[in-house]
Amino acid sequence: MGVARYIKDEKDRINDVILQSGIHIKPFYTEDDLKQIEFDYKKDLGNSGEYPFTRGIHKLGFRSREWTTRQYSGFGTPKETNERWKLLISQGQTGLNVAFDLPTQMGYDSDDPIAEGEVGRVGMAVDSLRDFEIAFKDIALDKIGSGLTINAVASIMVAMYQAVAEGYGFSKQQISATPQNDILKEIVGRGAWIFPVEPAVRLIGDVIEYTVKEMPRANPVSVCGYHIREAGATPVQEIAYAIQIANAYIDNVLERGYDIDDFVSRFSFNLDVFGNLWEQVTKFRAARKLWAKNIKERYGAKNDKSMFLRGMFGGGGGGLTKEEPENNIVRSAYYALAAALSGAQTMALCSYDEAYTIPTPHSALISLRTLQLLMDEVGLRDTVDPLAGSYFIETLTKQMEKKIVEEMAKIDKMGGMVKAVSSGYIQKEVARQAYEFEKGVQNAELIKIGVNKYTGGEEGKVELHEYSDESAIEQIKSLKELRKTRNNKDVTRTLKALEKATKDKRNIMPYLVDCCKAYATVGEMTGVFRDIFGEFVEPSIF
Amino acid sequence: MSTKRIRILIAKPGLDGHDRGAKVMAHALRDAGMEVIYSGLHQTVPSIIKMAIEEDVDIIGLSIMSGAHIPISKKIMDLIKKENLGNMIVVVGGVIPAKDIPILKEIGVTGVFPGGTPFEESIKFIKEHVRNY
Repeated sequence: MGVARYIKDEKDRINDVILQSGIHIKPFYTEDDLKQIEFDYKKDLGNSGEYPFTRGIHKLGFRSREWTTRQYSGFGTPKETNERWKLLISQGQTGLNVAFDLPTQMGYDSDDPIAEGEVGRVGMAVDSLRDFEIAFKDIALDKIGSGLTINAVASIMVAMYQAVAEGYGFSKQQISATPQNDILKEIVGRGAWIFPVEPAVRLIGDVIEYTVKEMPRANPVSVCGYHIREAGATPVQEIAYAIQIANAYIDNVLERGYDIDDFVSRFSFNLDVFGNLWEQVTKFRAARKLWAKNIKERYGAKNDKSMFLRGMFGGGGGGLTKEEPENNIVRSAYYALAAALSGAQTMALCSYDEAYTIPTPHSALISLRTLQLLMDEVGLRDTVDPLAGSYFIETLTKQMEKKIVEEMAKIDKMGGMVKAVSSGYIQKEVARQAYEFEKGVQNAELIKIGVNKYTGGEEGKVELHEYSDESAIEQIKSLKELRKTRNNKDVTRTLKALEKATKDKRNIMPYLVDCCKAYATVGEMTGVFRDIFGEFVEPSIF
Repeated sequence: MSTKRIRILIAKPGLDGHDRGAKVMAHALRDAGMEVIYSGLHQTVPSIIKMAIEEDVDIIGLSIMSGAHIPISKKIMDLIKKENLGNMIVVVGGVIPAKDIPILKEIGVTGVFPGGTPFEESIKFIKEHVRNY
């Protein structure tokens, strides 16, 4: 899929294949390869559902349970988003994956001058609980879980989710929220950061601690190798950095006096499916094993569940092209195949028009159908970890594992991920890889069909989702009205309490729930943190 | 022709945090012998101009993926005029639809490099235009 280098002779015969992770693929593999890597079924794989879980975390895999389909969606006003969600649910989608607009992700209200032109553009605008009340209306929050794609202010959105659920008669024990809540990957790969690293990691820890005690069905952190990979990292770096980021959050929670088995089973991962099929499948298998080992050996966990790498494997945006966009439907289907062969718990795909803008209902439905037909028409639920035992796959899994361990050791040597990110090391490494990749595409060493090989096909027709100013105007109007009609005394009182708790280093979550219930705005709550924490300053990497 | 190296500010205006393209260009321009200053994320138009003056750059390269390239470029060009930075060249890269290129040129942007533009093309363009004024 254009992400390996092919060394060919003049007759177009392949002499060598070099994966992005630097591993060379041989023309064929035999049992000698397994001998050479000292392959040991029990130690390296184990049966599915058994340590080290290389073959999968559940004994029966997709036989016992389908993968969850969770297309990323949300745009414009909460009302528009609510309609889109109901459409997806009526079409069989089993979980929500909430997209927020940039001002919300950055903790600004829709009427803040800095939000101009961005309100509702790449996701739903959320200013207060009023917006969640509209967005989640008539959705069975005890049955449908919600991914909340937000990080710097994930704490606020989890609090708001609890507030909206309680308002609709669901208890916090019944609901399942999966906030992304991974600030280190924002600093490395996606850029929606606000606060300096240390207080930002504290907020992540506050969410984890709170949900472990109060919201047992929540998945308080979704560690995203995904965005790091999309920013340029190799598959090996993606996994090594993701595990080390998770370790930084674990360390924060352990410092509060918890035991590893109290909370780590609620962690989940969001990993990318873009890349060479074999490299992807072995990446996921190696990741499952290394996570289990990490949790058992580094942290001394005793409970099997703590060692499960539960993942959403999906996206693949980096592989999609603006050229001949319909080809992206085909590309995504193969990416989804990689995720299915790897035993993903949850899947979501980028839609074919996402190289241009956020998806239309039409393209989002094609992505959902892709996942559904893969599940029901092709045979991917038939048996667990179908590629296991292949000379090639087991050799490559072992090689990937070794490389990931080496990359993790570099981070340990630097004193952990908080330090490696604060110094800019990771950002520098990822940017360098992105540059190497782009050079490869430009000189056609890395093949992209329709871009640098077999070009000049038909111009595809993409019906684009249009950004509407009207949604922004409507959103701002309703925010202004809210400020007039809410009980402003309650707002001031709850914000003051939040300020004190933040300064006193208490867990801020209960205070945020009170603020949300008083209809304090996202900008007001974030403002409290901004005043106390200040803002992150990027280390120079050039 | 002067032997002084070209100094370029690669700038990311607005809330969007996708800086892969900006950083890739920064690498490519540095490999081409230019001195590259990267603004970092979440910059406002005044902060970009301030940085351009302080760093004494020859050219500003804006990286914009959010769709707001027209209003942002307009604000940049207006402020350049106001600050009397007559020589400052501005180029824009990112997700830029073809139909918007003439509009950007009219605003005063010298060059537009949508995603996927070959490095050599952008580098050649910058070298020619910085030396030409």
